[in-house]
Amino acid sequence: MATQPIIIIGNGVAGATAAREIRKRMSEVPILMISGETELHYSRTALMYVFMGHMNFEDTEAYSRDFWRKNRIELKQAWVTSIRGEDKAIELENGEVLEYSELILATGSIPNKFGWPGQDLPGAQGLYSKQDLEEVEESAKTAKHAVLVGGGLIGVEMAEMLISRGIGVTFLVREKNFWGSVLPFEESRMVGKHILEHHIDLRYEDELVEIVAGDNGRVAKVLTKKGKEIPCEIVGLTAGVRPNIDWLRDTEGLELGRGIKVDHYFRTSMPNVWSIGDCAEFTEPLPGRRPIEQVWYTGKMQATFLAETLSGNEREYSPGIWWNSAKFFDIEYQTYGVVMPKPKEGEEVFFWEDQERKLSFRVHFETASRAVTGVNVFGLRHRHQVWEHWISEKTPVTEVLERLPEANFDPEFFRQVEPEILEKWNTQHPDQQVKAAPAAKKGLFSQLLKTLNITS
Amino acid sequence: MIRESHSIVPPDPQLDKVQRLGLFALGIGLAMLFGSLFKFFSPQLTESLFWVMLLLVMAGGLVYGLRTHLKRPAGIQNNNITRSSISARGALGWTVGIIITTFYVVYYWWPEHIEGMVRFFDPLSQLIRSKPADQWFTYGAFYTIGVLVMGTKAIVKYRHSRYQIIRTCSIILSQLFLAFLIPYWMEAFNKPYFAPNYFWPLEYKVMMPDKFENLKEAGTVGQFIFGWAVVMILLVTPILTYFYGKRWYCSWVCGCGGLANTAGDSWRQLSDKSLKAWNFERISIYTVLVFVIVMTVAVWVTTAFHLIPETSAQLRKVYGFLVGSVMAGVVGTGFYPILGTRTWCRFGCPMAAVLGIIQRFKSRFRITTNGAQCISCGNCSKYCEMGIDVRWYAQRGQDIARASCVGCGMCSAVCPRGVLNLENGPVDQREEYTFDLLEDFKSRHKEKGVQAASAGKPKAKG
Ligand SMILES: Cc1cc2nc3c(=O)[nH]c(=O)nc-3n(C[C@H](O)[C@H](O)[C@H](O)COP(=O)(O)OP(=O)(O)OC[C@H]3O[C@@H](n4cnc5c(N)ncnc54)[C@H](O)[C@@H]3O)c2cc1C
Ligand code: SF4
Ligand code: SF4
Repeated sequence: MATQPIIIIGNGVAGATAAREIRKRMSEVPILMISGETELHYSRTALMYVFMGHMNFEDTEAYSRDFWRKNRIELKQAWVTSIRGEDKAIELENGEVLEYSELILATGSIPNKFGWPGQDLPGAQGLYSKQDLEEVEESAKTAKHAVLVGGGLIGVEMAEMLISRGIGVTFLVREKNFWGSVLPFEESRMVGKHILEHHIDLRYEDELVEIVAGDNGRVAKVLTKKGKEIPCEIVGLTAGVRPNIDWLRDTEGLELGRGIKVDHYFRTSMPNVWSIGDCAEFTEPLPGRRPIEQVWYTGKMQATFLAETLSGNEREYSPGIWWNSAKFFDIEYQTYGVVMPKPKEGEEVFFWEDQERKLSFRVHFETASRAVTGVNVFGLRHRHQVWEHWISEKTPVTEVLERLPEANFDPEFFRQVEPEILEKWNTQHPDQQVKAAPAAKKGLFSQLLKTLNITS
Repeated sequence: MIRESHSIVPPDPQLDKVQRLGLFALGIGLAMLFGSLFKFFSPQLTESLFWVMLLLVMAGGLVYGLRTHLKRPAGIQNNNITRSSISARGALGWTVGIIITTFYVVYYWWPEHIEGMVRFFDPLSQLIRSKPADQWFTYGAFYTIGVLVMGTKAIVKYRHSRYQIIRTCSIILSQLFLAFLIPYWMEAFNKPYFAPNYFWPLEYKVMMPDKFENLKEAGTVGQFIFGWAVVMILLVTPILTYFYGKRWYCSWVCGCGGLANTAGDSWRQLSDKSLKAWNFERISIYTVLVFVIVMTVAVWVTTAFHLIPETSAQLRKVYGFLVGSVMAGVVGTGFYPILGTRTWCRFGCPMAAVLGIIQRFKSRFRITTNGAQCISCGNCSKYCEMGIDVRWYAQRGQDIARASCVGCGMCSAVCPRGVLNLENGPVDQREEYTFDLLEDFKSRHKEKGVQAASAGKPKAKG
């Protein structure tokens, strides 16, 4: 019996993970993954490293052509133009029609553009796809200065990219603080200072008003709300992304909001059509989580849950605690659980930082139960599994602080900051003193003592 | 206020004045060295010119190296590596490769052509061991200078990582003292040659019958040297490798690794990551190991029983030529700019083979992965000098325990998401652990018994 394949549109992390995980569970079903951007899946998060010359583009391809072939996952590079639900088929740009047994929409995002005059001029662009990378590569050949609009993660990456080529960067940030909608004030201040250290012209509370073309028809300058005129050859539009669903607007029977509406099993409103990753929007978001999850990890997780469901073992999406990580130039950032810029009702904050060494540690916990709810670390590496455990188990903050070294994931010989953190806590909380648990003993002697039952 | 102290002109990715000055001095120094080959300098001047050359090479190299990495704040400094001609197999890279390779070939097989250069090093040799230089001394001196200068550069480059700082200091000091000064000081006191950081099977000569005789004649010192060699390989190596992995040797002590991680640092990303290379590696490295064992046994047996000594002598000669000279020298170092830095360590070194076997099957060392934080960017694989596809494991949430990993720590350093960590925790915590995205944490922790499971046990609070 010739079954129709499972067709996946989009080979980003969501699509590629879905293909792999489905193959793991169903060895026979034909799988076809179609994407317009590239033939092979690559790591979008590594685009900056290609531009900066840390890696070649091929190095970002997380699985080789051979891998896909061995796993009998057919790849096709093409743009899909429409879905015909009644025929269970999709149509490609060149008119080709392909039938599916199940269809997975994993079409990702596109950069936001807010209707700025001149936003489509050559030289003005977002940074999302391989094509964007090629475009900025071209502009960078002659550019002296760039203006970036919108201070988020992609903006920082673009700033780092451009200065690596000696291109000056003016960074327009609407808020008073850097990425102030996500970061608490102190962390935002640390990142802001560090950005200046990299010779970026960071301007808070200013916005793009218009992009003006020069005689060559390319970007020549931008005008800002504060009335500034900034000559530049590149404008980076990095004010967030939105689901890439415009091409689906007229699809009959497919319910769209900001993204493709799905339930907790990634079912869309069309039979046999599913959606995962950046483009999916939960009709009912999970408690404490956003309706659209636009990060790498959630794409990977959603794909894995969907693969389980498709293989006949229905699994409702339950991603565990939230986590994320990023890097702001040289400062690494990790977060586990939920840390809002200001603590939620009924929550308290404990914060430690070392501005000189660009390190910080913030934990949020419930005032009543003392249970930790989230953590931010800057310049420190912490263990995912340990925090996941502490947060899900509602571990009291004092116990967490006591055992903090267990979460430390810094490389060997890195200075241990836990004693400094405890000291600050103890000064601030004279009635809840915390004593460090004895350091985890890992050496030869402690093992020996343990076998001899001398210590526990 | 901060704004005023920071210019908004980013550092120029091209060479600036200071870097050019450094390169200029280095260039003159190297030109002088080259000139010495043709005995350009009058004998009266040679000595002072030697010191001038040494100063120019070291100071020039340092000025260039420090300026390059101090131009920007501490952090990963890999900008433009895939585009620069020297580090990306461009014309400059090939030129450097050809020069080093030529040097090795002449040095091994036609040393008479470098007599001028050897004489040029007389002043240093006199200073250290009170006798004129020879071909080996000159090579050792040049090697050590390379490790010193480029090691200092590496320390500045990786100044954000204390692991890299301490490790680089260790390889610099090890090369300077254990591999260079101590052997020659011993010589100055008429004692047998002894480099404490090299032992069988890498330095097979220590275990050859002629050397053995030699050491026997040298009395107590000779006994010590022989004893050292035996204890190091039979006792110290397994113990240290059990606790720390092969890195204690390959990335902290060995001079070959030392050169790779200092002078060779800008070529580390060129290592071949393909499956083919891995398959080839497994065959070639263990072949060399078998070869050195067979050769050693054959030489001893034939010496002891006076059997076919020609055959074993032949075997030894072939080994010395193929492995000692061609693989370790010409290809291993000469091809740095083409094949990457650890070609010898990966495909040929019998010491690495022994260490690798212990590391793979009986060691606490492994690289752990931080949950599901990997974004598959590929930096770790790119910068692994041993050609290990680190991402393959990291993106699946698996620990990495590969025989070839030399524990340089670079995968962990370049990872932008803090995913990788070199660890020597007790073996009972070493279960292969895969972060399963599907399972919620409870089943994950119960079934797999992660460290965190015990970490989070409710405890009586004091
Ligand atoms: C520069 C950058 C850095 C980032 N860094 C991080 C980070 O550090 N951490 C993190 O968690 N997240 C990061 N993100 C976000 C993360 O990359 C995304 O959340 C993730 O890639 C989304 O994956 P996806 O599979 O849903 O979609 P995508 O990766 O966008 O894949 C969708 C694919 O579908 C294709 N497609 C769309 N429509 C069609 C069509 N009609 N026909 C054919 N093909 C189509 C697209 O061309 C695209 O290739 C970053 C994003 C960017 C742009
Ligand atoms: S895996 Fe990491 S530590 Fe091991 S050799 Fe490669 S880069 Fe070095
Ligand atoms: S460098 Fe880090 S994030 Fe990138 S692929 Fe390797 S482990 Fe993953």
